[in-house]
Amino acid sequence: MADIEITLASWKLVEVGRLVLIRRGPFAGKLAAIVEIVDHRRVLVDGPSGEAQKIVPRHVLPLAHATLTPFTIPQLPRAAGTGPVKKLWAKNEIDGKWAKSSFAQKTDKAERRKNLTDFERFKVLRLRKQARYEVQKSHAKVRAAQ
Amino acid sequence: MSQLRKLKKANGEIVSLNVITEKRPLKVKNFGIWIRYDSRSGTHNMYKEFREMSRTEAVEALYQDMAARHRSRFGSIHILKVVEITDNETIRRPYIKQLLTKGLKFPLPHRSANPGKKIFSYSRPSTFA
Repeated sequence: MADIEITLASWKLVEVGRLVLIRRGPFAGKLAAIVEIVDHRRVLVDGPSGEAQKIVPRHVLPLAHATLTPFTIPQLPRAAGTGPVKKLWAKNEIDGKWAKSSFAQKTDKAERRKNLTDFERFKVLRLRKQARYEVQKSHAKVRAAQ
Repeated sequence: MSQLRKLKKANGEIVSLNVITEKRPLKVKNFGIWIRYDSRSGTHNMYKEFREMSRTEAVEALYQDMAARHRSRFGSIHILKVVEITDNETIRRPYIKQLLTKGLKFPLPHRSANPGKKIFSYSRPSTFA
């Protein structure tokens, strides 16, 4: 009989210290940490980010309005106050880690593209054309060699 | 109230009205609520527990819960007392007890990525992770 390798599914868990992305409501698009689990549908979150416009005040968030992220603040005590959360947030470099994630990069790019002027949009068009031309050129070279 | 004291509206008077404010509205608390309510067949006493941020939220949750489980109306529920349970050992109901376990964690296994975006779609949504 062939050996069957079973690997456990690695779920993102709702737990104290888990970082969630808020998808709906007044703080949509911002990041917050779970401070305490109220029940199976709601959690208490707090997002004392280093940047002023990304701060999420402590409030109860329905899990239906949140997306779990792979990041956690390990060893965050249950029901920790905003002060300790802020300290651990900075210590774990959450802002930096989040900025590096592909989701944040994609949303940043979309935001920047949205606010471009007409001339800047034209520049994007030209640069994309140039990049595409280079790719096609090298691709044609590979094809010819075969 | 209407059941407790038969009183004509013209003879009654609201003596006082208090807004109940919470001392710590950002702390998750457990509440025990004793009620008496009139069902279709009789009067019952009941004790329920709620996990909320404030007494008013707990009472609101109680009315919703009673309406959902017993179809009972606001007028037929009489709240006897609302108590904050500070000692976790004295929690009686298993549905609150299960939330007090140490290191509680659970996954969200069935989710759609863009809930409520569109009614019809040409592909089934992926609900996995």
